[in-house]
Amino acid sequence: MRRLMRQLLAGPYIVWIIGFILLPVAVILYYAFTSDTGGFTLENIAAIADPVHVKSIVLSLKLGFSCTLVCLLLAYPLAMILSSFKFRHQSFVVFLFILPMWMNFMLRILSWRLLLSNNGLINTFLERAGIGHVKMLNTPASVVFGMVYDFLPFMILPIYNSMARIKDDIIEAAKDLGASHLTILVKIIVPLTLSGIISGIIMVFVPTLTSFVISDLLGGGKVLLIGNVIEQEFMQGTNWNLGSGLSVVLMIFVIASMALMNIFDKDGGAAVW
Amino acid sequence: MKRFSLLSAVLLLACLSVCGCAGGTDGLKDSAAQGSDTLIVLNYGKYLDETVIRMFEEETGIDVKLEEYESPEEMYTKFKAGSIAYDVVCTSEYMVERLISEGEANEIDFSRFTYYKNLDPDIIDATKTFDPETKYALPYFYGTLGILYNTTMVSPEKVTTWNVLWDETYRDSIIMQNSVRDTFVPALRLSGSDINTENPDELTAAADLLIRQKPIVYAYYVDETADEMAAGNAAMALVYSGEAAYAKELNEDLDYSVPKEGSNLWIDSWFIPKSCKNQENAEKFLDFLCRADTAMLNFEYVWYGTPNLKVKEALDEDTLADATIFPTPEILADCEVFRQSGPDTTALYSYLWKKLKSE
Repeated sequence: MRRLMRQLLAGPYIVWIIGFILLPVAVILYYAFTSDTGGFTLENIAAIADPVHVKSIVLSLKLGFSCTLVCLLLAYPLAMILSSFKFRHQSFVVFLFILPMWMNFMLRILSWRLLLSNNGLINTFLERAGIGHVKMLNTPASVVFGMVYDFLPFMILPIYNSMARIKDDIIEAAKDLGASHLTILVKIIVPLTLSGIISGIIMVFVPTLTSFVISDLLGGGKVLLIGNVIEQEFMQGTNWNLGSGLSVVLMIFVIASMALMNIFDKDGGAAVW
Repeated sequence: MKRFSLLSAVLLLACLSVCGCAGGTDGLKDSAAQGSDTLIVLNYGKYLDETVIRMFEEETGIDVKLEEYESPEEMYTKFKAGSIAYDVVCTSEYMVERLISEGEANEIDFSRFTYYKNLDPDIIDATKTFDPETKYALPYFYGTLGILYNTTMVSPEKVTTWNVLWDETYRDSIIMQNSVRDTFVPALRLSGSDINTENPDELTAAADLLIRQKPIVYAYYVDETADEMAAGNAAMALVYSGEAAYAKELNEDLDYSVPKEGSNLWIDSWFIPKSCKNQENAEKFLDFLCRADTAMLNFEYVWYGTPNLKVKEALDEDTLADATIFPTPEILADCEVFRQSGPDTTALYSYLWKKLKSE
């Protein structure tokens, strides 16, 4: 009886999994492999080869890579500084980095649009400073910028967590044995934080690859990512079959990128997962 | 044992969903029971003065429930889902046409109306494009598609042609509509095509024109356009006259023009769907909207062109002369109403749109 009770505790989760994960995926798969008349077809999957779709998925990958790289380059040194200086309010500083996440991310992106626009605050400042007007909004660069701004905490946290777990003794031992700073970084810190780096990469790369709201808001409708194509098929084109087919292809890309990352992650079980 | 518990969980889920559905139908039955004195109205957001609804409720004792939506496509999804039995719906003419062709609209007996004669016969005539015998739709507001421009950056004589949207001098300060049909209008008219053309070559040619324009376009916006123009972030924007009137209120440097090549005339209209529970009440409501005082309240609330002649009689000359609100007959002569395109053309539009956006 007690065992039954314990199993019942998993009930809500089972309901959740069936209702909100398995069922929707099944529906997507059904739509993806049928035509609008209901017959089986591979056309919706093959549609990814269309030059328009290739272009948008290549752009998504490109922006995803750049965003992940920038996040990594910003987050890694930052996590190192945060964990190496043992100052008193360390946890407060970490808290500061998470603070923006308390605000709705749409609001934050919308405010960036105000700042970056033609007559925005930044351009006004640049003109006053004599540098002149710079077109920033509605370019792929502004989309990457918005993504970095939104997803940076997801890179910092896992890396910081794995870095904080490295014992000082290990670093001291290395120093005693005459290792240089560079050797310590390359041979000790990076390998020990690898799982954090990998979960950080996954947590940034996957949402950037599938995002469509940021490119809509900061791209001014001029930057078409694969997420925007799918959204258009569902909302305006009302071709749910094509939209589902492209979603399945995108899922394959996501799973592939996660599998690729897992190969590098030898100790398994990344920090956040 | 394990299998059993999983099964029971699934059963529990099934139970819950059945209960949920049952609850849902109960709710529907409730509204059906009230059917006689309740009217469920589906309309664009902020497109009807609340006072008018209160007045209608007081005068007739009919309880009005107002539901709102953003885009015609959203309305279509909401309507087709069928979870709420709407009694009367207002939407864009091409969507009315689509629903009429799908057999979703009830005929309206306008002879029972007291105030139908208040409406401008010319506008009723224009609704014949989507309602040939004028028996399904009641025009509510109308307007045009044109160029909203900032007079400090663009001179008025330049915006008399759609060509200005391809002018290099305005690089990065042109806003286009982030919706397919509207953005295609300038390109189609410039290449001499009808805005309702279903000819793939003409549509492709128009798309090529738009692809050539893309590098100088600042952005493709919908709801943001008026605010961006008021903030002076762009010199010109392709907008609906209603949006233009709103933007002009925010910034007096803005003005609106419909280019000489011709444009789109839109007529948002009411229709009574098949799901209507009480045809008489729905017609009473529509008749009420045609009355001079309520039509005036609604006009002052939205400031779009009204087909109500009694309202026009009461307006001052400045308002009547404002071509943003009331397009002149010369402008209207060159404007056409959108027709719902066939499935092949819709698919081609969707594809060309993606192509334009991915360039």
